[in-house]
Amino acid sequence: MSDGAKGSTVYAMTFRLPLLVWSALFFLGPLLFMAAMSFFLVKNYRMTEAFETVNWARMLSRGYFWDSWRYTLGMAAAGAAAASLIAFPAAWTLAFRAGATQRRWAISLLIIPFFTSYLVRVFAWFVILAEAGPINAVIGGLGAGPVTMLNTPFGTLVGYLTLTLPLVVILQTLALSGVDRDQIAAARNLGCPPGRLLTAVVLPAAKTGLVIAALICFILSFGDFVSPYYLGGSTPPTLPILIIDTTKSGQQWPRAAVVALMMMATLITIAFAAVTYAYAKRGTRA
Amino acid sequence: MRKNDRKVKSMSDRKKTLGLIAPSRRELLRYGAAGVTAGLAAPYVNRAWAQTTEINMLAWYGHGESDIVGAFEEANNVKFVPKYYAGGDNMLALIAQSPPGTYDVILSDAEFVQQLNLAGYIEPLDEADYPFDDMLHEDFAKFPGHWDGDTLFSMMVRFGHLGVSYNTTALSAEEAQSYACFWNDAVKGKVGHFDWHLPTLGMISLYNGNGAGLWDLDDARWDAVQETTLSLRPQVGGYFDYGGTFNSLKNGEMLAMCGIGDWITGVLEKDGAPVASVIPTEGGIQWTESYCIGKGSAKADLVKTFIQYMMSPEGQVKSAQMAAYPGHCITKAGRAMLNDVDPGESARTGQIDGLPNDPIVLIDEGRIHYRDIPVQQSLEDWNDFWSEYKNA
Repeated sequence: MSDGAKGSTVYAMTFRLPLLVWSALFFLGPLLFMAAMSFFLVKNYRMTEAFETVNWARMLSRGYFWDSWRYTLGMAAAGAAAASLIAFPAAWTLAFRAGATQRRWAISLLIIPFFTSYLVRVFAWFVILAEAGPINAVIGGLGAGPVTMLNTPFGTLVGYLTLTLPLVVILQTLALSGVDRDQIAAARNLGCPPGRLLTAVVLPAAKTGLVIAALICFILSFGDFVSPYYLGGSTPPTLPILIIDTTKSGQQWPRAAVVALMMMATLITIAFAAVTYAYAKRGTRA
Repeated sequence: MRKNDRKVKSMSDRKKTLGLIAPSRRELLRYGAAGVTAGLAAPYVNRAWAQTTEINMLAWYGHGESDIVGAFEEANNVKFVPKYYAGGDNMLALIAQSPPGTYDVILSDAEFVQQLNLAGYIEPLDEADYPFDDMLHEDFAKFPGHWDGDTLFSMMVRFGHLGVSYNTTALSAEEAQSYACFWNDAVKGKVGHFDWHLPTLGMISLYNGNGAGLWDLDDARWDAVQETTLSLRPQVGGYFDYGGTFNSLKNGEMLAMCGIGDWITGVLEKDGAPVASVIPTEGGIQWTESYCIGKGSAKADLVKTFIQYMMSPEGQVKSAQMAAYPGHCITKAGRAMLNDVDPGESARTGQIDGLPNDPIVLIDEGRIHYRDIPVQQSLEDWNDFWSEYKNA
């Protein structure tokens, strides 16, 4: 018995170890180095090892850092909310209405956008959202516009959704598919109106998956550089743009490291809160 | 126990199956790899026999492209390997982080040459190698920062002027005669910025009436420049890199652009876009590009030949017609050849003796100020404010 357990541990470790080594090499190592780097100094455009808190003091005392922080947080939250709301009807249809074949097709179609580089898809939006683009042509045909969509927070949001919406639909579909159909049928039989069916039965049952989908959308949007830069025109800049700006001018990698670490701290806090909320009171369910 | 036995058996079975497949797959890979290697290597064999010398170049975008260096590469059996940067800080950082001798030829903005020299990144040049007796303007022969005493460290190769760049359907030529047009209602939300603090803050300093002292600002004047810049913020539609600046002007997303000049609009104008650049009454800023030989380069002689080529009439014309962004000729012979081979571009850019918008005349009239780095503040202060401005 004990031999068997030992064997299975070794067997399990052969599969787990690469993951641990990978994490240590490509995540933990660079993270620790970045943390150390945030205390380095830059002299004559060259980084020198030091242990000074000057970079932290400088970045955290700048008003523009906190402005960027608030804006990035707000935009990523708006992205997560928009993606969750837009994805929900589609996910509902796929989970409850569509047949198995239809669902398979829909999911493969949702994966196809990831075959093309995200940057390429964003540049396609560049043409579509332009004032001389097709959307404004339609608006112009109706006698209005042109509406400025590029270089605005709206443009940034469109980019965020391009990145995350297919993923959120897939995750929500999986979450909703996991809801016990018998519970839904029982609620209906007992005369539960559709609105209450949604809020009292489906949403609580699928809460974990829906929150995780929104969280992943938030994380991807929060760290995205491409959309706020190319579709948002850096007006105003988000934290990833601030990182680029900081490294570009005078090679202030240590100060950029401060911004990056603050971003990670924010994400970890929010992810922890979201996961706690997602799994709250649902400990009994496997 | 029985369960474990089964596992072992199935594993060994699998191994056997793998063993059967493995040799044929390996063979396939081996032959495949040999074929691919031979196929890929074929075009390079000729070049390798001819022993092409590689020259590492550090430059702004476009200088290592075939429209500039192609003919020189062919004639001298060399190959340029360019590394492109944007902005002097970026250039200094790239050199600082590379071992000495990494870059054979460095194209620097003139205002950063002195810093290259102070840091010991560049080799002295012999003034007798270059056509100093043929300069279009006397300033070009003794350009600030290019000489240390009597020793030459960098050879100026081209220049251009920055002013008001605008969409001609949105602003009139008269309105564009002052930087005040950036605050015009017609371009509200449509003023773009080239995302670099130096040219824009220089322009605002000119608009504030600092004239020749535009880079030498005491606290009060620096505060005033910051205040004026911040008042422009509601007009601003975006901050762009090189590609974004082109795009947004071309598709009309931006109707005026601060911090640039003909080096961007000239390319668009040739494509038929309704854009132009003018030097307003408050004055314009000159960007100047110069070649240096990297310290410790093993190919200094070849690089010298290349710089001589770029100073020759042929090289000057190539620079004036550069696909990425045009720059004015600095030698009389270069201008003469440009007038011969490309009268259209000569007229468009005013590079004809006697034209009122001749860039040399603009310099003589005192309307042009050479771009410099801040005198009383550090580059860091200016950049810090730039971040604040973008977030305002």
